[in-house]
Amino acid sequence: MKFTEEHEWLTLDGSIATVGITEHASTQLGDLVFVELPKVGTALTKGNGAAVVESVKAASDVYAPLDGEVVEVNDAVAADPALVNSDPLGKGWLYKIKLANRADFDALLDDDAYKKLIG
Amino acid sequence: MSESTPAIDPALLKRTPLHALHIAHGARMVPFAGYDMPVQYASGVLKEHLHTRSAAGLFDVSHMGQIILRAKSGAIADAALALEKLVPVDVLGLAPGRQRYGLFTNERGGILDDLMIAHRGDHLLLIVNAACKDADAAHLRAHLSDTCEIESLDRALLALQGPAAEAALAQLAPATAQMRFMDVRTLEILGSDCIVTRSGYTGEDGFEISTPADAAESIATALLALPGVALIGLGARDSLRLEAGMCLYGSDIDQTTTPIEADLLWAIQPVRRTGGARAGGFPGANIILEQIASGTSRKRVGLQPDGRAPVRSGAQLFADDTSPSAIGHVTSGGFGPSVDRPIAMGYVATQQSTTATAVFAEVRSKRLSLGVTPMPFITPKYKRG
Repeated sequence: MKFTEEHEWLTLDGSIATVGITEHASTQLGDLVFVELPKVGTALTKGNGAAVVESVKAASDVYAPLDGEVVEVNDAVAADPALVNSDPLGKGWLYKIKLANRADFDALLDDDAYKKLIG
Repeated sequence: MSESTPAIDPALLKRTPLHALHIAHGARMVPFAGYDMPVQYASGVLKEHLHTRSAAGLFDVSHMGQIILRAKSGAIADAALALEKLVPVDVLGLAPGRQRYGLFTNERGGILDDLMIAHRGDHLLLIVNAACKDADAAHLRAHLSDTCEIESLDRALLALQGPAAEAALAQLAPATAQMRFMDVRTLEILGSDCIVTRSGYTGEDGFEISTPADAAESIATALLALPGVALIGLGARDSLRLEAGMCLYGSDIDQTTTPIEADLLWAIQPVRRTGGARAGGFPGANIILEQIASGTSRKRVGLQPDGRAPVRSGAQLFADDTSPSAIGHVTSGGFGPSVDRPIAMGYVATQQSTTATAVFAEVRSKRLSLGVTPMPFITPKYKRG
């Protein structure tokens, strides 16, 4: 599992990356009440908004961690946003992208580097 | 993921007498009206909100202003008549031991602040918003110093709200159980003189308790030891008041909104309206009384998004899903944990203000449909009997 400085996690299967938000992020955001996911087929550009997660208080953007095309979204979190809080690294995944450049994945933060980042 | 962090040095912020208690209870502190305040505790806004509606929430609202208004003549009627020069409210008719909602208006009919006015026997006690309290005191001094003494109190203010509030507070002050909605009394709590009102900002039954600053922590700690009582942050305070349909000063009402546009006619008693014994005589009276007679071009309404996406403050509102010109905007919006759906309030053109009218909000470049709906969104639980 890899991480971004914007508190997303990614796992890789072939050239398909699964993307979610980290436990740290889900704790900081608080209980989610709404999740807006990208449409399958959307071309994502690293750093642009890909999804929106909303708590009672606020809406937060989830940025695309890498370039790629959305190939699947987790309809279960759209129906039950609390899944992101209860299981952020598992059932609370957000979407899958086919990476434009498979090698980009390796440049992401590893577990140690992410733990250092969040202190 | 992004979260904006305001660049404010915490060392420059004021602290309430309960600051250390908040930290000890794991609060996330944020700057609010110049104070370092708890936005939430460990359980988070959603659970804190639901806890308040099912048990009792204890809120630190010590940042709010507490101002005494006392007539130099010694007669409270003179203080009441003086205050009526600044608010479109029947203050003279307020009975001893009772309080009511009020508004400071400006010459354009706008709202300088909203407040609670309590009749304390020989003087009036005003509870005003934190962000406005210095300006309010200056406003009172500028206009009423010839006949009144104005004193800003340095006391703490706690709110205890929810169905378990009565039983909890009665453990420390049994007489509070006999109070009705909007009663105010002086009561001794743990040896300190406290001013208790049966009121709040959540739609629940509950109390606001003004305590000496140095007694606040021991009283809060004693309340927290009672069944059902938990600390609740400002985040849940905001979602609770939104469900209750109450205005947040600076968001839903401000110097550019009149009480009539804000649907607060109920706060202007008939005696201050045209034809009343003390009609007018407050700043902006000509504009406000004319609006009572002829209506306004816009109105504050409740809004119910049809989907699950929250529509938040600042969203522009449109009459349909294509027209380029806005007919209003959202002033408060979010998710209502007790109603389990998004809710909002805002201003719309009067022709769109009737219940069930469909309007559209622009959210992330999409038009989402909402229905105009009566407020409050929940059924209030005030002890009026």
